[in-house]
Amino acid sequence: MLSGLRKSYGPIEAVRGVDLAIAPGETVALLGPNGAGKSTTIDLMLGLARPDAGSVSLFGLAPADAVASGLVGGMLQTGSLVEHLSVRELVAVVASLYPDPLPVDEVLDTTGAAAYADQQTTKLSGGQTQRVRFALALVANPDLLVLDEPTAALDVEARRDFWATMRGVASGGKTIVFATHYLEEADAYADRVVLLVRGQVVADGPATEIKARVGGRTIRATLPSIDLAEVCTLPGVVTADRRGDAIVLSCSNSDAALRALLEDFPAARDIEVRGAGLEEAFLEFVTDGRGVPAP
Amino acid sequence: MSKATYLRAEIVRTFRNRRFLLFSLGFPLVLFLAVGGANKDRSLSGIGFALYYMSGMVAWGSMVAIVSSGARISTERQTGWTRQLRITPLRTRTYFTAKIVCGYLLALLTIVVLYVAGLFLDVHLRVSEWATMTGLVLVGLVPFAVLGVLLGHLVKPDSLGPAVGGITSLFALLGGAWGPLGSSRVLTDAAKCLPSFWLVQSAKVVLHGPAWPPAEEWVVLAVWTLALGRLAVLVYQRDTARV
Repeated sequence: MLSGLRKSYGPIEAVRGVDLAIAPGETVALLGPNGAGKSTTIDLMLGLARPDAGSVSLFGLAPADAVASGLVGGMLQTGSLVEHLSVRELVAVVASLYPDPLPVDEVLDTTGAAAYADQQTTKLSGGQTQRVRFALALVANPDLLVLDEPTAALDVEARRDFWATMRGVASGGKTIVFATHYLEEADAYADRVVLLVRGQVVADGPATEIKARVGGRTIRATLPSIDLAEVCTLPGVVTADRRGDAIVLSCSNSDAALRALLEDFPAARDIEVRGAGLEEAFLEFVTDGRGVPAP
Repeated sequence: MSKATYLRAEIVRTFRNRRFLLFSLGFPLVLFLAVGGANKDRSLSGIGFALYYMSGMVAWGSMVAIVSSGARISTERQTGWTRQLRITPLRTRTYFTAKIVCGYLLALLTIVVLYVAGLFLDVHLRVSEWATMTGLVLVGLVPFAVLGVLLGHLVKPDSLGPAVGGITSLFALLGGAWGPLGSSRVLTDAAKCLPSFWLVQSAKVVLHGPAWPPAEEWVVLAVWTLALGRLAVLVYQRDTARV
């Protein structure tokens, strides 16, 4: 539960009035480009930074108290592991700090870190380190798991593995908040996407709803030698473009547009209808700053 | 329960850091064996040279051990480890206590190694004298334990070496750990305001009468401990508020 949250670093306003209420069991993605205020918001949530204005409450407690009670587990964006301990020793030490930790071996198995549990923490690859850091957050057995760009340093395969693990954890009923600038991650793994741009929430809802808000679907068809102005007047079409032999129609109502297209232009073939990806939704917000009032 | 596990891990980490141990224990030992060994038949300030030099090395070596232990917080801050710990239920107090306990263990090891070397160079003291000397040195290290924590928050890892080396050398030199300061009255009087002077004198306790140490030592140690402690708290607060 965040309300009216603000934080500036010198002249830079990192977070400009964020309000968020997150229900137990939700998986929420904080999505935004670099510099949107995601990490600052997470720091404020975890009590690592103090807000200039507004307040954070986790399970009715101040962040520091929620952290001290072991209700929260976190994985920060940056941070390496301490030296001179094996992976297993490190996870066990962190587990010992919590009132109700998960068994260390179970967490090592879940996160896939079991394979190198007896190695020194300094001898790990980037992906392995990231898994151990995830294990440190998970072993807390927290009600709320906060992850700041957990896959930022990972290659595609490692990212997929990571999210497969996360899915298992999320089905355990924990509340999960993760920051990401990978649109497909937010889309694929979150129940709810909170779009942050320039320190403000510009959209908040299920990923499908955010897509819908930015204009629905596009129809692509091979249809040479017709006048674009003609297809533009079809019902449900907002704009039309030509790409070589193909036309691309952005639609507010793709069903109506498709019926009309097939009726009026029987020559149309190779037809594709696609939902606008979150990518497009995202770019629209970022490039024209829509929904962001002037500072 | 959790505190014990955490403390044990910190101790394990300290003693697995071979290079750190080697340098921390090695320098005072080599210096003592070289200089003390070469001059062991001479005497200085009314005691055998080996004893004189051993006490100097005990003061300096234990000081370096405890300051550099605390200063290693700097590395943990830079790698983000302290931030990770701050989002666990670990209390700040436990974190600092563990660092100081590790520093003390390392200092104690340094002291014992030098005592053993001293035995080889014919340093003979009564059991009570060894015990008093050790006890007073451990108390004399309190301000330096706090200094280590302070440096750990002030200095970045890349300048840690020169900072710790330079500051401890200055304290050691002015405190008389490496030999008498000379006959300058002003310098000797000024040195009495330094905690390292009293640390060195604590290591030389056999030179002093039963009335030693004077109240002056406790005042100097207390003032330095409180002042450095206050600074450390300020720097810690600045550090955790900003990041």
